[in-house]
Amino acid sequence: MAELINIRLGLEGSAFGSIAAAVIHALLLLHVVAVGALVFIWMERKIAGRIQDRLGPTRVGGKFGWLQTLADGLKLITKEDITPQNADKMLFKIAPYVSFAASYAAFLALPFADGWVANNVNSAVFFVLAVLGLEVFGVILAGYSSGSKWSLFGAIREAAQVVSYEVPLGLCVVVPVFLAGTMNLVTIGNMQAGYFTNWFVFHDIFTFGTFWIFFTCATASVNRAPFDLAEAESELVAGFHTEYSGLRWSFFFMAEYGSMFLVSGLGAILFFGGWHGPIPLMSILGLPESGVLGNYLANLAGCVNFMLKAVVGVTVMMWVRWTLPRLRIDQVITTCLKYCVPLASVCFIGAVGWQVLDLPSPSDWHLGTGPAYKVHEEWATHTNNSAASGADDRGPETTEQYQRESDQLLPPEPDDADKPLTGSSGSPRSLTATPLGQELSP
Amino acid sequence: MSSQLDDQRIIEFDVRTDEMLVNMGPQHPSTHGVLRLVLRTDGEIISQVEPQIGYLHRCAEKIGENLTPRQWIPYTDRMDYLAGMNMNLGWALTVEKLMEHELSDKAKHLRVLIAELGRIASHLVGMGAYGLDLGTFSPFLYAFREREKILDLFEDVCGARLTYSYLTPGGATADLPPGWLERCQEFLDQFEPVIQEYHALLTTNAIFIKRTAGIGVMSAEMAIDYGCTGPVLRGSGVNHDLRFHGEEIYTEMYDGYIFDVVCEKDGSYPVDETYPPVPEDAVLGDCWHRFYVRMLEVVQSIKLVRQAMERYSSASGDWGIPIKLSQRLPAGEAYLETEAPRGQMGFYLVSDGTAIPWRVRARSSCFCNLSVTAPLCQGCLLADVPAIVGSLDVVMGEIDR
Repeated sequence: MAELINIRLGLEGSAFGSIAAAVIHALLLLHVVAVGALVFIWMERKIAGRIQDRLGPTRVGGKFGWLQTLADGLKLITKEDITPQNADKMLFKIAPYVSFAASYAAFLALPFADGWVANNVNSAVFFVLAVLGLEVFGVILAGYSSGSKWSLFGAIREAAQVVSYEVPLGLCVVVPVFLAGTMNLVTIGNMQAGYFTNWFVFHDIFTFGTFWIFFTCATASVNRAPFDLAEAESELVAGFHTEYSGLRWSFFFMAEYGSMFLVSGLGAILFFGGWHGPIPLMSILGLPESGVLGNYLANLAGCVNFMLKAVVGVTVMMWVRWTLPRLRIDQVITTCLKYCVPLASVCFIGAVGWQVLDLPSPSDWHLGTGPAYKVHEEWATHTNNSAASGADDRGPETTEQYQRESDQLLPPEPDDADKPLTGSSGSPRSLTATPLGQELSP
Repeated sequence: MSSQLDDQRIIEFDVRTDEMLVNMGPQHPSTHGVLRLVLRTDGEIISQVEPQIGYLHRCAEKIGENLTPRQWIPYTDRMDYLAGMNMNLGWALTVEKLMEHELSDKAKHLRVLIAELGRIASHLVGMGAYGLDLGTFSPFLYAFREREKILDLFEDVCGARLTYSYLTPGGATADLPPGWLERCQEFLDQFEPVIQEYHALLTTNAIFIKRTAGIGVMSAEMAIDYGCTGPVLRGSGVNHDLRFHGEEIYTEMYDGYIFDVVCEKDGSYPVDETYPPVPEDAVLGDCWHRFYVRMLEVVQSIKLVRQAMERYSSASGDWGIPIKLSQRLPAGEAYLETEAPRGQMGFYLVSDGTAIPWRVRARSSCFCNLSVTAPLCQGCLLADVPAIVGSLDVVMGEIDR
C-alpha cells in the first residue's frame, strides 16, 4: 500500500507513503476493535437475554436496542473519572491503555482475508500471541496501582492464570504451524483453500483435539468465564477493575472484547480455513478470482467468511459464560497443568507422528481445485529464493503473488531428484526441511 | 510502619509474606445482604474468618413489645423477607398457643398450602443466589422466573409480593380468591419439570460439583453442637424436621400428609427417579449436600402443596377469622419453634394479661447457621468463602432482626 500511495502522489522512495499507509491501517483496525466491542457487548447482552429468558436491551436505537452500547459508552464518557486517594496515580491512569494497546496491537498481524492484513509479518502467529500476552500487564498494573486489596487479588490471579495458560496455548498453536510449515497467518490460511476437508481441524484426530484445547486455553487467556477469576464478581467485588470508573473502565472492556475476537479469529485461521468457506463457492460458480475486481470480490467474500467464523467463536464464549459456574483458582491452574498441557503435548506428538508416518487425512481426497499442499511447496521455495536473493523477508501477500514470484524466481526444474520441495514433481506430503539458501543459488 | 525501624537491614531481609486483613462486606456482592466478614488471609488462603453482624438491626423485638400481636405481623415479614409467609405462620402459631386458640381444618390446610409455597419460593432464591455465588448468573434468573409465579399467586391472595402479612393469629386475613387453586395447580404442573433444568445447570454440573463437593464439611455432631437447623442440619445427615418432630400445635397441621424428611438416612437419600445421583466427590455435610437437600425439599413441598390443595377444597369450616386487633392476651408465656425454610424459627411471647405483649423474642435460625462460618472457612481458599456462606443460605434480616 505504501508504494501505491507513493506512486499515485509521485513521491517514490519517500517515507510519506509508509506513514500514510500505517495511519490508514491503524484507523481501520481501530474501527475493528472499537466497533467490534460495541457490537459484541450488544450481542452479549442479547445472547445473555435469550439464554436467561428475557429480552435484553430493546429500546435504544430502534427495534433491537442495537445502540444500547453506544448510549452506555456516552454515559461512561460523561461519568466522573475517579482516581482513589491511595492509588499510584500514574500507573492507575495508564493501565487501561496498556491493556487496550496490547489487544489492539495484536490485530496488526491478523489477516482478514487473503492479503488483507495491516502488516504481513512472517512470524505472525508468534507476534499475535506475544502481543496478546502483554495485555496481562495492564491488568497487573491496574490491580497493583488501585490501592485496593480486591484489585490486587484479581491482578495476581490474572498473572498466575495467564502465565500458566500461555504454555498449552503455545503448544496448540504449534500444531497448525507445524502442518503448514510457516508462522505466516496469510500462508496458513491459504493452505486450507478448497473444500473444508483441507481445514487443519479435520486433518487428523489429533488436530481436532488440539482445536478444543486451543479454544479452552484461549478462553482462559482472555479471561472469559469459566476462567474469569480476575474479575470474579462474587468473590472479588469486581477484581482488578474495582476502582475504575467511566471511560478508563470501558477501555478494559474494549480490550477484553477485542481479545475475544482476536483469539477466535486466530482459531479460525489456524484450524478452520480462515477466509476460505467450507466449499470453494467462487470457483464452483466459475466466478473470476483474478483481476482487480475479481480479486477484490473474492477477498470481500473471504473477509465476511472470516468474520463469521470469528463471531461464531465469540458467540460460543458468550454461551459458555452464561451457562457455567466459575472455577476456583487452584482448579484453574490444575486444569491447565494437569489436563491442558499433557493433552496438548499428546496432540502435538500425535499430529507430528501422523504427518511423519504419512497416515491418511481428508486433505488427501483432493476435493476441488488443487491440493492444499501446493501452497506449502510454493511458500518453501519462495522463502528459499528470497533469502538467497536477499529480498525482504516479508511473506508474499497473495496466492497470485506467490505464483508470480515463484514463476520469476524459480530456475528451470532441477534435474536433481533429491530436492523434492522445489517443484510439484516432488512428493506433495514431504516435509523434509531444506536449509535456507542451500536449495538454489541465484 | 516498618520505615520507623532504625536498622534498614531488618526490612531488607524480612521477606516473609504478611497476612492481610480484608473486609468482605458489608457492601459486597455475595454476602446476602449486609453481612461483614473480616478475613485474615495469606494470599488466597483464609486463616481466619470473623462474621460481623448487626447492620440490619431494626429493633424488631422491642417494637413487638409496643404493639399487639396482630400489629406485629408486618414486622415478622421483614425478618426473613424471602419467606415472609413462614415468619407470619411462626408468630401466629405462638400467639395461638398462648391463647389456646383452635383452628378449623380448612384453616390448617390453607396454612400448609401457603407455608409450603413459601418454602418453595424461598428455596428458589437460595438455589439461584448460590449459583450467583459460584459465578453463574443464569440459574438465578431461572429461579426468579418461577418464584415470580409464586409471588403472583401470593399477590392474588393478599395483595403483596414480599411482605405479605397474610397468616395472622386466628387464621388468615382472607380466604383464597376464586380460581386460585386452578392457577396454583397450573403452576405446579409447569414447575415440576423445570426442576430438572436446575439439576442440569447446577446439581449435576461438573464445575458446580468441583466447587462444592468436599468443601465446608460439617459433621452431624458439629451441626448439632452449633445449633444448626433446617437444611444445614439435614445436609449433615441428621434426621430432624419440626414438621415431624415439633410441638403438637405445629405437627398437627401436617397430620395425614405424606412426605419425607429429606436427609441422608442409612447412607442414601429417599429414592425418587427424578433425583440426580450423589457424586462420588461429595462428602456428607459439605456444601453440595446442603444444596441438594434444599433442591429435594422443593420436590417434597410440591407434594405437600398438592395434597393441601386437595384437602383444602374438601375441608369444612372457615378459613380462620383473625383475632381482634386489640385482643386481650391471657397472662403467661409461650414459646414455639416452626420449621421455616432456613431452619427452626422460634418465637417467644410473655404476656402480663394486656393486649400488648410484655416480652417478645425471636430465635433466629440463620444466626446459629451463620455461626459455623468461622470454623468451616478456616484454611479454605478465598473463593470458598462465598461457596460456604452461600450454602448456609443466611438472610441477614432474620439474624439482625
